Amino acid sequence: MFLETRNLTKRFGGLTAVNNVDFSIEQGKINAIIGPNGAGKSTFFNLMSGFHSPSSGKVFFKGQDITSLPSNKIAKLGIARTFQTTNLFEQSTVLDNVIVGHRLRTKSTLIDAIFRTPRLKHEEEQCREKAMEVIEFAGLKKVEDKLVGSLTQEEKKRTAFALALATDPEIVFLDEPAAGVNPEETEGLAELMEKMVQNSITVCLIEHKMRMIMKLADKIMVLNYGEKIAEGTPEEIRNNPTVIKAYLGGSASA
Amino acid sequence: MKILKRQYIILAMLLFAIFFPLLTQNEYLVHVMTLSFIWMIGVYGLNLLAGYTGYLSLAHAGFFAIGAYSLGLLTVKTQMNFWAAFVLALVITSVIGFLVGLIALRTKEHFFAIYTLCVGYIIYLVIDKWDSLTEGVRGLIGIPAPGNIGPISFQTPLSQYYLVLSILLLSVLVMYRIIHSLTGRTYIAIRNSEELAQTIGISTIKNKLAAFVLSTFFAGLSGALYASFIRFIGPDIGHTVITFDLLTYLLVGGIGTLSGPIVGTVLVVWISQQLQFLQDYRMLIFGPVLTLLVIFYPRGIVGAIASWNNKRAGRTKQLALKDTQKDDRFASSEIAPENQVKEG
Repeated sequence: MFLETRNLTKRFGGLTAVNNVDFSIEQGKINAIIGPNGAGKSTFFNLMSGFHSPSSGKVFFKGQDITSLPSNKIAKLGIARTFQTTNLFEQSTVLDNVIVGHRLRTKSTLIDAIFRTPRLKHEEEQCREKAMEVIEFAGLKKVEDKLVGSLTQEEKKRTAFALALATDPEIVFLDEPAAGVNPEETEGLAELMEKMVQNSITVCLIEHKMRMIMKLADKIMVLNYGEKIAEGTPEEIRNNPTVIKAYLGGSASA
Repeated sequence: MKILKRQYIILAMLLFAIFFPLLTQNEYLVHVMTLSFIWMIGVYGLNLLAGYTGYLSLAHAGFFAIGAYSLGLLTVKTQMNFWAAFVLALVITSVIGFLVGLIALRTKEHFFAIYTLCVGYIIYLVIDKWDSLTEGVRGLIGIPAPGNIGPISFQTPLSQYYLVLSILLLSVLVMYRIIHSLTGRTYIAIRNSEELAQTIGISTIKNKLAAFVLSTFFAGLSGALYASFIRFIGPDIGHTVITFDLLTYLLVGGIGTLSGPIVGTVLVVWISQQLQFLQDYRMLIFGPVLTLLVIFYPRGIVGAIASWNNKRAGRTKQLALKDTQKDDRFASSEIAPENQVKEG
């Protein structure tokens, strides 16, 4: 198994946000998590990327138990993520925002900085090259010297992707990557995700835009009230009565 | 073009600082300038933490006082060699900084500011009340001037001026290198968003602690120099009033800018000298001016100039970028961190 969760549960006081979820992510595919608002998707994401520690259950990445690792260590293993709000540094350029993304693969310390050692110079060059590479990959070449604050929403999303890619990940978690962008731009972002998969980076995303998900995803899991109610291919999910009921309410006969 | 201009400004400032004592025969002015340089070092410490890492510490007068008192006590009470005491004072400040940081950095934002404000005040109280060690309100008298380094002695105000200036320049160089390195980028990433920094694999705790310790180191350095320059210290130097003085210098000059501490300190110290005749009524002027500055120029004077420059440069750059392609790219990306520093 590439990445999987076993009996993953998260309780916030009396509320069970994620309840006993078993889920496995397939390598080299686009995996999606969907569900109505408040279904626990973001919490589930936070559990997998080490942002919250679960109340019970475990997370495994390539056979290694990563349940109790802090998120910075998880990132080093090759798991990257983006946030719903991009959280970028708006007063700085795209390139400057992305360069620090490769920091985790470098070793230079404060001492290197003070004495400007060859190691630091070498690693700075390495970070810069990586940043250029992922900026090119994310289609941001034209705007790399622009301040992030002056970019369009779609370009900001791409920058957030680029930053995640600069960490050299094997899997990227994208939290509502297409929120707040128009349909044409959504198309562009979907293409970027497909391109990531072609470059052997596994993708796992949360998304509300059904049309995009159904077209894009290889595998979908549906959460409702913190529980997994369905898992399968888009075709299976589309025809699943429980899913239809969860989305439309009441009793569905489909 | 812009870079060239900046180099000239730096060179001019440097020459001015070097020839300042020769230009003015007024010993008092040299004294004030030396004191400003000492403050600047402390302000740089505060800037690294508050400006670049995003943690506003209000304990820095406390660490300033720890540096000053460590040097004072070691030289006066144990008769230790000056430079040994000087180094030890820095070690003591950093170690206490480390211990405080371990706890303080578990808090964030306002809570961090309030917590460190309390720590600073506790340090002041300890110095004030611990009579048997610190002589309490009587203060510590007879701290020696900096000891000789080889044949160079530092007994005259002029030699002390140049000693402090060299230490300041060294501090600025160290700051410049830190800010313009991957470590500096790491700190800026933490300031920008701690969550995001963590998800790109940065150990925020480790980096914040390093920034905190370094920041207290510079506060201690500033304090130790102060003690050896003024030769007398009282508990007042650890009072929160001093913290807010440092913060004022930083805010006026530009928080999170590399030249902000210099600009702010010189300006505020010079203006308060000019307004000396108003005594405490000076605050009636400073208060509103500072408030307006924070509202309209949150990144101080340097920040305001930088963004003005950027706007102008942006306009010319757009035109220039159209026909220069590959070759220029490297050069322009070389400038980028500088912009980030100036901007942030």
